[in-house]
Amino acid sequence: MNLDVQGMLKVFDAIGETMAAHKEYLTELDSAIGDADHGINMNRGFHKVHDKLSAGSYTDLGALFKDVGMTLMGNVGGASGPLYGTFFMRMSTKLAGRQDVDTVSLADAMEEGLKGIVALGKAQLQDKTMVDALTPAVEALKKASDNGVDLCGALEAGVAAAQSGMESTIPLVARKGRASYLGERSAGHQDPGATSIYLILSTILRSVKESS
Amino acid sequence: MKKLLNKVDDVVVESLAGLAAAHPGLVKLHPSVKAVLRADAPQKKVAILSGGGSGHEPLHGGYVGYGMLDAACPGEVFTSPTPDQMYEAAKAVDGGKGVLFIVKNYTGDVMNFQMAADLLAADGIPVAQVVVDDDVAVQDSLYTAGRRGVGGTVLIEKIVGAKAEAGASLEEVKALCEKVNSQVRSMGMALTSCAVPAAGKPTFELGEDEMEIGIGIHGEPGRERMKLKTAKEIVEMMAKAIVDDLPFKAGDEVVAFVNGMGGTPQMELYLAYNDLVNFLKGKGIVIARSLVGNYITSLEMQGFSITLLKLDGEMKALWDAPVETAGLRWGR
Repeated sequence: MNLDVQGMLKVFDAIGETMAAHKEYLTELDSAIGDADHGINMNRGFHKVHDKLSAGSYTDLGALFKDVGMTLMGNVGGASGPLYGTFFMRMSTKLAGRQDVDTVSLADAMEEGLKGIVALGKAQLQDKTMVDALTPAVEALKKASDNGVDLCGALEAGVAAAQSGMESTIPLVARKGRASYLGERSAGHQDPGATSIYLILSTILRSVKESS
Repeated sequence: MKKLLNKVDDVVVESLAGLAAAHPGLVKLHPSVKAVLRADAPQKKVAILSGGGSGHEPLHGGYVGYGMLDAACPGEVFTSPTPDQMYEAAKAVDGGKGVLFIVKNYTGDVMNFQMAADLLAADGIPVAQVVVDDDVAVQDSLYTAGRRGVGGTVLIEKIVGAKAEAGASLEEVKALCEKVNSQVRSMGMALTSCAVPAAGKPTFELGEDEMEIGIGIHGEPGRERMKLKTAKEIVEMMAKAIVDDLPFKAGDEVVAFVNGMGGTPQMELYLAYNDLVNFLKGKGIVIARSLVGNYITSLEMQGFSITLLKLDGEMKALWDAPVETAGLRWGR
């Protein structure tokens, strides 16, 4: 099955609920190696996304993703605001004019979003950032896309890859962002940004499963 | 954790409203974005704009006024502001001579200010940026986000603000800002943690007999946790790291700045300053100017930071120039 505009609106509602439910968890992860605001900021941002999307009417996924990106950029703050804002805005350029996404178009759009994050944040793999979860997830989606796997199966592979990517950040010493100030003391903690990436992808998967 | 609050989401907005109401002659609020503007903006001079997460008051809103900042863009507590804030504030205070962004070196701040600068450049407004990175507690290497911007920011905003007030060009103001940043070094420590209002609990835990050395200004843990020592020992440890870093040499004239993190009484800050005076005397370093008090804080954290700025004749004259803001005022 493909994900259409209505389905995507449900996905963003579900992401909003996920962020609200994990606000404290993400903030706790961030207080260990950052500044204790990631969950608060993500929750505020996706709450505003909900308001923005409820007020609009969409026929085009490009317009929908652009509104998501702009809203996050203007409301999240920190580094996550520009990074997540760029992610969804770059995805919107690949989704412009589309009424639905399948595995191929979602993988393409997410690959573009990842490029935006890397260009802005300049993080590489193993810097202990969101890139450590997003890169393997995009790779898994691209592979599924090449092998003709359906959206549900592709997302399952993407979520599994994001999860192991997220867990792989635990022993790493941070080399980007505020956690890098801790040096060796950042090791032993899971990266909050990699965790929010995993939470978003797993919510998309759950939402797709529920509506199919 | 007890705090003076109405609604936790409105902490920053309500505090800004209070700042503006308390100092109507000095500042006004931007009508559409969270920004504190100089009451008489725009002025026919280079506009100086800074900003960053809230929770460091009086930084930055308290430094808006004559001889210092033209605009301050506060984010949520410990969270950088968003590009639309800097974009709109810069347009509101630009007097046709361009805008200088003073940005503390944090990943989020740097990204958000850069995006605002790109938007302004597209509108044809000249923007220059200087990133402040004075914290010697952070090792500067290719593998970190670089040194943080901490106490030195206050001294930079004062001196650079005076330069702009005197009518210097954007290029001159930027060059001076970079020069001051290259001559200033800081280090902080904490006796207790602080609590972000929306989180409602302390960011980290410190034992009764412990302290955190090399703390930043966001409750982020420092580089080393150790048993509490005497004030003299703590001051010497921090001041030595600062002096060795630049390095400051015998005969150098400095601004000696002892800054409270928000929860340490002035009495203890003066006590620490006294230890700093003795330490610097032993090194032959001359304190030409001083500043002691809560100027760049970390909510209710107990602790302090030491900042030393190596002065030259121009910087000293600009330091002495009149300033009139909520947080710093003399000579006017």
